[in-house]
Amino acid sequence: MIDFKVLSRKVTLVNPLGLHARPAAIIAKIARTAEKTIWLGDRNYKADAASVIDILSISGTMGKTFVLEAESELDLPLLDRIEAAFENGFGELTDG
Amino acid sequence: MDKAEPKDSKEVVIRGIGGAPGICIGKAYLVDREGVDLIKRYAIVERDIPAEVNRFKNAVKKAKDELKAVVESLGEEFSSQVDILETHLVLFKDKLLYGKTIESITHERINAEWALKKVTRQVKNMFQRMEDDYLKSRVADISQVSEQIMRQLMGAQDIKISDIRMRVILVAHDLSPADTSQIQLEHIKGFVTDRGGRDSHTSIIAKSLNIPAVTGLGTATINVQNDDILIVDGSSGLLIVNPEEDTLFQYEERRARYEQYRALIARESHLPSVTVDGHAMKLMANIELVEEVVSVRDNAAQGVGLFRTEFIYIDQKRFPTEEELFERYREAVELIVPQPVTIRTLDINGDKVLPYLKNIREENPALGLRAVRFSLQRPEIFLTQIRAILRAAAFGNIRLLIPMITCVEEILEVRQLLDRAIMELTREEMVFNKDIPLGIMIEVPSAAIMADRLAEHVDFFSIGTNDLIQYSLAIDRNNRQVAHLYRPLNPAVLRLIKMVVDAAHSRNIVVTICGEMAGDPVNVPVLMGLGFTELSMNPGSIPVVKQVIRKLDYQKACKVAEKVLTMDKTEEIYEFVKASFPDILQ
Repeated sequence: MIDFKVLSRKVTLVNPLGLHARPAAIIAKIARTAEKTIWLGDRNYKADAASVIDILSISGTMGKTFVLEAESELDLPLLDRIEAAFENGFGELTDG
Repeated sequence: MDKAEPKDSKEVVIRGIGGAPGICIGKAYLVDREGVDLIKRYAIVERDIPAEVNRFKNAVKKAKDELKAVVESLGEEFSSQVDILETHLVLFKDKLLYGKTIESITHERINAEWALKKVTRQVKNMFQRMEDDYLKSRVADISQVSEQIMRQLMGAQDIKISDIRMRVILVAHDLSPADTSQIQLEHIKGFVTDRGGRDSHTSIIAKSLNIPAVTGLGTATINVQNDDILIVDGSSGLLIVNPEEDTLFQYEERRARYEQYRALIARESHLPSVTVDGHAMKLMANIELVEEVVSVRDNAAQGVGLFRTEFIYIDQKRFPTEEELFERYREAVELIVPQPVTIRTLDINGDKVLPYLKNIREENPALGLRAVRFSLQRPEIFLTQIRAILRAAAFGNIRLLIPMITCVEEILEVRQLLDRAIMELTREEMVFNKDIPLGIMIEVPSAAIMADRLAEHVDFFSIGTNDLIQYSLAIDRNNRQVAHLYRPLNPAVLRLIKMVVDAAHSRNIVVTICGEMAGDPVNVPVLMGLGFTELSMNPGSIPVVKQVIRKLDYQKACKVAEKVLTMDKTEEIYEFVKASFPDILQ
């Protein structure tokens, strides 16, 4: 059985513009190289993280938390990369 | 076109409504609602599926490669644009767009263009249903990507209305004011639409540009292919697709004759519009664009009786600033001075929905938050406009016209806002002119009924017959089923008009007509007899109406109008008027 506790993690939007097309594209680009599906979800909906359009259908403003899930352990490094992208605000944080 | 057609003829004659008179011959250019060419739709057989999928994949690859080249060519300084384009690159292969389209080709066995269009529409709907405006705006990226793929699928032609470069006949299901504001009008020979009636928006535009239009055809967009040769006969309301040599020849002759007639009338248009017994009529022009001012002069109009101001708003995708408005109004006013320009304040909603004004979705926009109702609810937008008008008034002769007034309270509120604008401008020490006549449109039955009271608060009336007829007869002139019932000389309409004229005369204020009714020769003797001395119409109609007036006898027109007011049936009225002036109204 897959251990979802290990394969899932929480990520928070820290960029002021929220989850718009550009961050979605960054996530999708990473998720497309996955062995199995990577999911990005909120309370209402789980989006296929490989699809920009699907990601965009979840509303996301700054401060919102999502759950990131992988189906395969092989994709854990990808979760790390997506998590890191969330953490640095998809490069949209201005310094100073 | 009664003669039997030979079997192998591809000539098709479709009857519609004559939207604007004249004849043109040219190539068809199809556009659909979204301003993109109508796409070909066909089913494919099982064994062709892989080839069709490949065609789609190739189109995506080409579109993607093209975009990649663009991204690479952009320097550091365009990094924000590069970001957007890189997002588009990822979108090209998105499961919900790319995957679904391939699925649709395979399972529904339809061609790639059709499948892509279907899938794109589904995705768009998904976003448009969302409450969040921010989410809705994401549709733009998806549309752009989809359009780029579509362009590859269909070959390298331009696919936007705004990109039309050749002289063509525009064929569309319907043209919204927003569509027509995108068109490079000088490239259009004529208009052909499935929807619309004699006085629809398309007709109004076509008339003011002096190009023929046939509307209300029902199936034009289905019967016509891009580049088909078309004959548009706007005078008889006929569309001829792929005409035979003979037909072409016939129409080429007719076209030449019509142009000659136009030229003849135009030559006489500088003569005064006075009846044979010396009664003078003032003829003014209705315009929408500052650019049309030229046609006001060409047709020797005595000013602008109606300057519609919506286009500036529709064009910009945001509310224009006071400066932008001021510049436009000033330009128009200065070009026409010393003749007056009647500026009608914003009449949005109804059929002119502003795309950037979200959250207003109405079941019944014609009865909704439009025109002065909107202006009073959003006073900041209204104030911006009247401030610009007051400032432009310092440079010429302006009359201020308020649309859709239904009761006395509204005009009192407008007065208050006008006073406020004047106060503000005075305090800011701006150059402006506060002494401009304030008038209202009479276009709702309640305003016609209350005309005697409304007259106490304003300087002039302008009867908007297009809406007055629609509202009083409960007829949508764009609805093909009932458009034929839209008749200006309907006895109920005439009674309402008479009430307004009497009210204006008893208070000694000016009353004019600015609806399409004024531009149709058959109505002219009746309107003249009812007591109008000012008519405003499409610039293109002025020479013809002037010619009619110059042949009319005012005394006789008064008698005819008097008699008409006693008649009960619309058809009888038309027959009687035509029979009274047989030589003038053929």
